Amino acid sequence: MHKYYLTHLQELESEAIYVIREVVAQFDRPAILFSGGKDSIVVTHLAKKAFWPAKIPMPLIHIDTGHNFPETMEFRDKLVENLGVQLIVGSVQESINKGRAVEESGINASRNELQIVTLLDTIESNKIDAAIGGARRDEEKARAKERFFSHRDEFGQWDPKNQRPELWNIFNGRKRMGEHFRVFPISNWTEMDIWNYILQENIAIPSLYFAHQRNAVYRDNTWLPASEFLQLREGETIENKLMRFRTLGDITITGGIESDADTLEKIVAEVSATRSTERGNRSDDKRSDTSMEDRKKQGYF
Amino acid sequence: MELLRFTTAGSVDDGKSTLIGRLLYDSKSIFEDQMEAVKQSSERKGLQHVDLSLLTDGLRSEREQGITIDVAYRYFATPKRKFIIADTPGHIQYTRNMVTGASTANLALVLIDARKGVVEQTCRHSFIASLLKIPHIIVCVNKMDLVDYSEEAFNKVVEQYEAFAAKIDVTDIRFVPISALAGDNVVNDSENMPWYKGESLLHTLETIHIASDENHSDARFPVQTVIRPHADEYHDYRGYAGRIAGGIFRPGDKITVLPSGLTSAIKSIDTYSGPVEEAFAPMSVSITLEDDIDVSRGDMIVKDDSEPQVSQDLDAMICWMATRSPRPGAKYHLKTTTREVMSIIKEVYYKLDINTLEKQEENTDIKMNEMVKIRLRTTQPVVFDEYRKNRITGSLILVDESTNETVAAGTFL
Repeated sequence: MHKYYLTHLQELESEAIYVIREVVAQFDRPAILFSGGKDSIVVTHLAKKAFWPAKIPMPLIHIDTGHNFPETMEFRDKLVENLGVQLIVGSVQESINKGRAVEESGINASRNELQIVTLLDTIESNKIDAAIGGARRDEEKARAKERFFSHRDEFGQWDPKNQRPELWNIFNGRKRMGEHFRVFPISNWTEMDIWNYILQENIAIPSLYFAHQRNAVYRDNTWLPASEFLQLREGETIENKLMRFRTLGDITITGGIESDADTLEKIVAEVSATRSTERGNRSDDKRSDTSMEDRKKQGYF
Repeated sequence: MELLRFTTAGSVDDGKSTLIGRLLYDSKSIFEDQMEAVKQSSERKGLQHVDLSLLTDGLRSEREQGITIDVAYRYFATPKRKFIIADTPGHIQYTRNMVTGASTANLALVLIDARKGVVEQTCRHSFIASLLKIPHIIVCVNKMDLVDYSEEAFNKVVEQYEAFAAKIDVTDIRFVPISALAGDNVVNDSENMPWYKGESLLHTLETIHIASDENHSDARFPVQTVIRPHADEYHDYRGYAGRIAGGIFRPGDKITVLPSGLTSAIKSIDTYSGPVEEAFAPMSVSITLEDDIDVSRGDMIVKDDSEPQVSQDLDAMICWMATRSPRPGAKYHLKTTTREVMSIIKEVYYKLDINTLEKQEENTDIKMNEMVKIRLRTTQPVVFDEYRKNRITGSLILVDESTNETVAAGTFL
């Protein structure tokens, strides 16, 4: 083998660091969108590497739906403290109280769509001009056409048919007042890459990703965690299961899988053998063939 | 495991989607729930077969029209390599999308229908691959099942293509007879074509030598940003952050900063995991220098043994990407590596017909999707290499001053 070559994880890491540094160089008020999920944790880890020995020169933004896993919140606060960065919290509950957003009702109600309002308000009120996210192109078909530097108009909307061409590694972050960019440094990573990287770098992740005993109800082919927000339907019962989560979002819509993978090595083995997509357990993506595209156009992550 | 980026171009009926679908499916990169969704969509449309193109056509308008409009990125991995496919449309009105997909590719897959042989689209894809200096082309002669797996039919296409390829500048061209639909020579060797002694497509993708495609001789380090920690421990630290665009840097190397011409030597090359003794493309690192000299974003650190060009008058081959033609005297932000300067188009030399490779010198008004050789004049010096020497330091984009759109992408000549 040639001496001067990088492994695919080294090359993806180098590409992501390059993109994150471009954001800090091209924008005045960038921020990292932090959900507490593995992808945003990896992005934050990459940002730490990109600016070492300096601290990450931008705040983290967390959109708090009020329907969180307690483990995610603990993890977030500890990470922010360790990194010594600023945390900006946008609260969906506050958006509802102010009348900016209206709570969904019904059995499948979730605060997933309401996050759009809170996210855009938080970006605007903090004058954020570039929001770095952990979305990956392999996650979902609408995301397969997303750019690294994704332009958003003054309403925070995405126009998929009129995206700027993106060539080589030259990123055009020019914009008018009031517009902003979403930037996706790990666009080219797959779920497998993320897990292998977490294993390689030994990155801390919330305990929810590892197998644990939990009360849950089986609905739409997934195990929904029991919580104060979960309304049981007729015929449903709560069971105690050994399970884990492949993605983390709002506790009301994030389903888990039965699993005994309690170490990173076991998770990597499980993910490489699995035959269904990670977002298959997310009821927010199941609303229609183009539900992700529709939400992204409005300003979703 | 290495990363290989390749590009495909084509329309629905040449079997491109079927081929990609097969590569993804046979490498177990399509999940059961994705496949189930595609099956259901196909049934709703009343199709008899599972339409694998639904896997790759993501946007609503594309699903409605049944065509790929934009560049879509696909991922799959085998135990040997990870692959990124830039899947692009093949029609002439999407030339800009093909150029985009080709810009980062190490390899181009060109599909030819064995019954039709080399057509205009074949030449266009290959020419774009050669203009963008993709080092390797694999020509897949597809639909061999429809020509009775005939060696003669295959050889005829190879001959035709080689005659055309003499006009373009690609050194490594390989041919594989396949049937994407039936699976011959895609992943497994075909039993239907014992006369073919070469490797299957996937085997070629897995083993083709790409490590030497990077330029490891001319050291180039475009500075992205300066890292200055506000901590006592690193009080005097000044790290120049960037991604190496070519060559090999080592501590102690004598360097020049361009365009200023200031000189110094490398003190250390730092990463989060610790200092390194060597750094090469495409590594992201921070470089510290022995002397406290003025270096900032847009500068390029190079080694003394090979310097790039520095000029305000630049010749470039561009692909115009905007619907609106350039206005006379319009100013554009020229972006190359991390440097950004104002520029104007001084002269249009000629237009290239990307089907025939002929130069047109009479009609030089620039329209979308056209390839044009131009001369640019910039307000500040630009540091660059010829594109054929280095794809990173040899590339540029033009950004419209008033709309902020990326209106052209080009290569320095």
